[in-house]
Amino acid sequence: MIDTNVWLSRWPFRRLPLDETPRLIESLRQRGVTQAWAGSFDMLLHRDISSVNARLAEECRHSEGFLIPFGAINPALPGWKEDLRRCAEQHGMRGLRLTPNYHRYELSDPRFIELLDYAAEQRLIVQMALRMEDDRTQHPLVAVPDVNPAPLLKLVADRPALRVMIVNGLRTLSGEPLAKLALTGRVWFEISMQEGAAGLESLQKLVPLERIAFGTYAPFFVPESALLKLKESELAEGQRAAIESSNALALWNDR
Amino acid sequence: MIWDLHCHLSGVDGRTPAERMARLIEIADRMGIERLVVFMGYPFLTDPTADQLRSQNDQVLQALEHWHDRAFGFAYVSPNHVETSLAEIDRCVANGPMVGIKLWVARRCADEAIDAIIRRAAELKAVIFQHTWFKTIGNLPGESTPDDLVALIARHPDVPIICGHTGGEWEQGIRAIRHLPNVSIDTGGSDPTAGFVEMALRELGPERILYGSDAGGRSFSSQLAKVTGADIPEPARRLILGQNLRRMMLPILREKGIRA
Repeated sequence: MIDTNVWLSRWPFRRLPLDETPRLIESLRQRGVTQAWAGSFDMLLHRDISSVNARLAEECRHSEGFLIPFGAINPALPGWKEDLRRCAEQHGMRGLRLTPNYHRYELSDPRFIELLDYAAEQRLIVQMALRMEDDRTQHPLVAVPDVNPAPLLKLVADRPALRVMIVNGLRTLSGEPLAKLALTGRVWFEISMQEGAAGLESLQKLVPLERIAFGTYAPFFVPESALLKLKESELAEGQRAAIESSNALALWNDR
Repeated sequence: MIWDLHCHLSGVDGRTPAERMARLIEIADRMGIERLVVFMGYPFLTDPTADQLRSQNDQVLQALEHWHDRAFGFAYVSPNHVETSLAEIDRCVANGPMVGIKLWVARRCADEAIDAIIRRAAELKAVIFQHTWFKTIGNLPGESTPDDLVALIARHPDVPIICGHTGGEWEQGIRAIRHLPNVSIDTGGSDPTAGFVEMALRELGPERILYGSDAGGRSFSSQLAKVTGADIPEPARRLILGQNLRRMMLPILREKGIRA
């Protein structure tokens, strides 16, 4: 299984049972995960993003290929293009992870659009988190609204080389906006926040199977949540394999 | 043994209550859930009229009709309609198949208007479920916090009551009620954030924690995972997944001659 939504380091507001990387890796491996796409919680509030990415790259290097680093970019910070260059050239990262709401920019922001252009040109996968936490449970000092994904549809449509994966998005996106984004064929969705009884059956009414990927949002979420979703919905063997790994693999290779 | 404290007919496919119940059972079967507690009909009504309360309870009664071996019902009641609520408790619990009551968001439970409902439910040994949330973005006007529940408990110190959702933001919810031995928590209806059940076990002990899902709006998976994925001893896990709820329900089940 490929877990497309894993985070290293510390959640800023409490300790999590699996927030030590060796324990996280061990736990995911025990549950059948063979590769995990990892970002760093440090990107949310730290301003020295260069060192966040250096630590992320270093931890992933020591994981014997289990962790794949997705570098943090904050286009609202001075010098963000140098972070981008380092991610691609110095650390050899092939994907980026963005948290526009914590970094306080809209998806219509010219800096974000410039970032997408670069990612498309360099064939980098862009993972974008629409939320990190239910806004009802956030610490009152850090009340961060969900990202408004509306501008993304045109941005993706205008950039045929762009590949985007929405992480933590399926409580924010639903119905027609979700279906339209999925129809572009260049946006993938991981399942950690998909809810509802037999939720993966419902999701497939809006999103083509090929665009759905396995993601746990560990260690913030209990990894079993995503695993059990594969059991709760009626999935043929091929559907299950597609969600567990082959869709993510296809995205990884489609660059 | 898995018993799910917290299920709804809303959010489940089906044209009738019976169809929705059958679908809920079908999905629960995949997860190994033996018994479901169902309350409120559809659509969700935050401040139902007296007629709407009756109608929503009728939907649950219809849903239960063919599933008495798998499901229990709680009557939807409201402190905004005390007389109707007392009549509904008599119709659905005292003289019907239901075994508990559900209080939602029509009026905060700190309000003394609720007291007659609590007293009547307690007389019948009915299980009492009170929705609670501590919302950073602000509660609905009639939506209780766990602090409201604490105020209610002060007036009913011997009545077992369930703190629905553990206040949603469970770190505060657990702290609010941990000194009240007659309060149990419902783990359902919030994201599967890691560490919830571990903290609850540490602060409340194993016997005051009840697994609930809030399906069909929530998935059984995300809610079961809080318990099955928690780093806790197996005996505690078994209590949380079903044994505690069964123990809590046994007095009224025995009164009604229901074997479980």
